[in-house]
Amino acid sequence: MTGISVETIAFMMLSCGMTLAFIRLVRGPTLPDRVVALDLFAVLSTAFLTIYAIDTNQQVFLDVAIVLALIAFLGTVAFALYIERRARDE
Amino acid sequence: MNETISNVLMLTGTTFLLLAAVGVVRMPDLFMRMQSASKASTLGIACVLLALAFHFPGVSVNIRVIGTITFFFLTAPITAHLIGRAAYFVGVPVWKGTVIDELRGRYNPLTHHLSSQDVAADTDKGSRERRAQSEM
Repeated sequence: MTGISVETIAFMMLSCGMTLAFIRLVRGPTLPDRVVALDLFAVLSTAFLTIYAIDTNQQVFLDVAIVLALIAFLGTVAFALYIERRARDE
Repeated sequence: MNETISNVLMLTGTTFLLLAAVGVVRMPDLFMRMQSASKASTLGIACVLLALAFHFPGVSVNIRVIGTITFFFLTAPITAHLIGRAAYFVGVPVWKGTVIDELRGRYNPLTHHLSSQDVAADTDKGSRERRAQSEM
């Protein structure tokens, strides 16, 4: 293979995945659908950062990926509790 | 050698992540989308992080990678459970081809009480909506 590296292929696949997750985020008929799409988007971003760390030979991006994973988890839990509470208040 | 393993793991992981995204777009209802988004993406991110561990030799990176993989394996089921629970409370419709819904009729969304027998159907808002959806 000349010119195109494995990292580039991985970046392209992750970008396609992000586009698909974004389609579900825009289209999703209900709020939980959008939350699932947002959660997947965060996982894809974490993978993107990890591969960026491999591509640039910088270990620091792994720490960024860890922080992003933590925040995404907390955000999804908060969204789930919000959906539940909103249903209870109505 | 390590580079080859790293590249193979990277491509495997991104393939699984792409398939998770395809599943989230193509699956017919929320609960199936959720299982695609949680299972396939967990496997995919684990493979990608292992690729990083093979690319950087050294204890500090390996420990951080193992910690992150453990974190994903612990939190993905928790988020899937919480979103599924909230979606069932709200009354998100299931796919019309769904074979079994074991909570239907046994769960009272007003009191959050689960009984072993069918509760009165008129207090069961979610199940009524679901039945109407499946008869359509």
